[in-house]
Amino acid sequence: MTMPDQQRVVQRTASVEQRVDAVQAALDERGLKASEAVEELSHLALEQWIPQNGARVVAKAWVDPAFRERLLANGRAAVAELGLSMPKHHRHLVVLENTPAVQNVICCTQCSCTAFTIIGLPPDWYKDLDYRARVVRESRTVLKEMGLDLPPEVEIRVWDTTADTRYMVLPVQPPQTIGWPEDKLAALVTRDAMIGVARL
Amino acid sequence: MHDLGGRQGFGPIRYTLNATAFHAGWEVRANSLYALAVRLGIFNMDEYRHAIERMDPRHYLAAGYYERSLTGLATLLVEKGVVTREELERRADGAFPLAAPSAPGRTNVSPRERFRPGDRVRVRSDYVPGHVRMPGYIRGKSGVVVSESPAYPFPDAHAHGIEAQDEPTYDVRFRSDDLWPNSADAALVHVGVFQSYLEKIG
Repeated sequence: MTMPDQQRVVQRTASVEQRVDAVQAALDERGLKASEAVEELSHLALEQWIPQNGARVVAKAWVDPAFRERLLANGRAAVAELGLSMPKHHRHLVVLENTPAVQNVICCTQCSCTAFTIIGLPPDWYKDLDYRARVVRESRTVLKEMGLDLPPEVEIRVWDTTADTRYMVLPVQPPQTIGWPEDKLAALVTRDAMIGVARL
Repeated sequence: MHDLGGRQGFGPIRYTLNATAFHAGWEVRANSLYALAVRLGIFNMDEYRHAIERMDPRHYLAAGYYERSLTGLATLLVEKGVVTREELERRADGAFPLAAPSAPGRTNVSPRERFRPGDRVRVRSDYVPGHVRMPGYIRGKSGVVVSESPAYPFPDAHAHGIEAQDEPTYDVRFRSDDLWPNSADAALVHVGVFQSYLEKIG
């Protein structure tokens, strides 16, 4: 694809791989240790910022009513009890409790913000233009397309992440799992349930 | 182009179970490099978001998420004097599209009002040339304050290096039918709205 730019001779646009290489090499040459940082941050992105973090939070909230209360009052402080951290600029984590009558769903219409250290980096469809454009206006239709066909009496609450406050959904515990141990419960919890586009 | 909430014409969500965040190694690297630049203090998150918003609309729509991220990163590295566009293009062996220059930002609105949960508020009908984190679909609309967040840097200033006070954001609940009368699925839409964007009703 050629981008319009009148001051310049039109030339082939470099591939995205070439462009990333160029930035990385330029930063390396300035002593900013980009290649080392890529290794470290890639490891964090792929191995540490994963939905299993949020799943532990959800499972604990299901079995421990006092923790649940703390989580709903101050999400950031409560997840820290489990050794989970959030970036400095995420100053607030709001945990949205689903009930049989209420379905919360999160989105970011202007970019693709999430509480990524807790619920994992957002999936491709969350960042797609279609989800960003449609979920605020056509929530029930979009959820149905994604396989969540809610009864008409269920109220939908969509949360658009416009500031640096972050959201996660606390799904309803499936009744047949009452009394299960925490680790077995955590294994049930999916990223999509914490985004709110699926129920468990 | 980035302000997509409620835009029509988009199609079905390309949803798959267990969808991944990344589809190629360069995407992971692009994501890491922008995070590095934020960590090094070369730019802040508001500057980064604004740089992406300044992309040519045709490029914005055609690029995937991580190409937008890469474009925002490279634009700011050039604007901050860390690298030149010529060096990037020489290293990349081809054109390196960047975002358009920034328009002026603004500082907080003054005076600002403090709101409490339950207050009815209206979103000011402000149009600004620079960065703003008020999605267009709430401009001029009324809703109810649900809660207050801790104070954050004011994006309209923070994206432009302008001095401003941190201010709280309010989770404001709107009815989808107020946002798009007779043209939306019934729902409550909650938006985190900066104090400067709001005024009290009544």
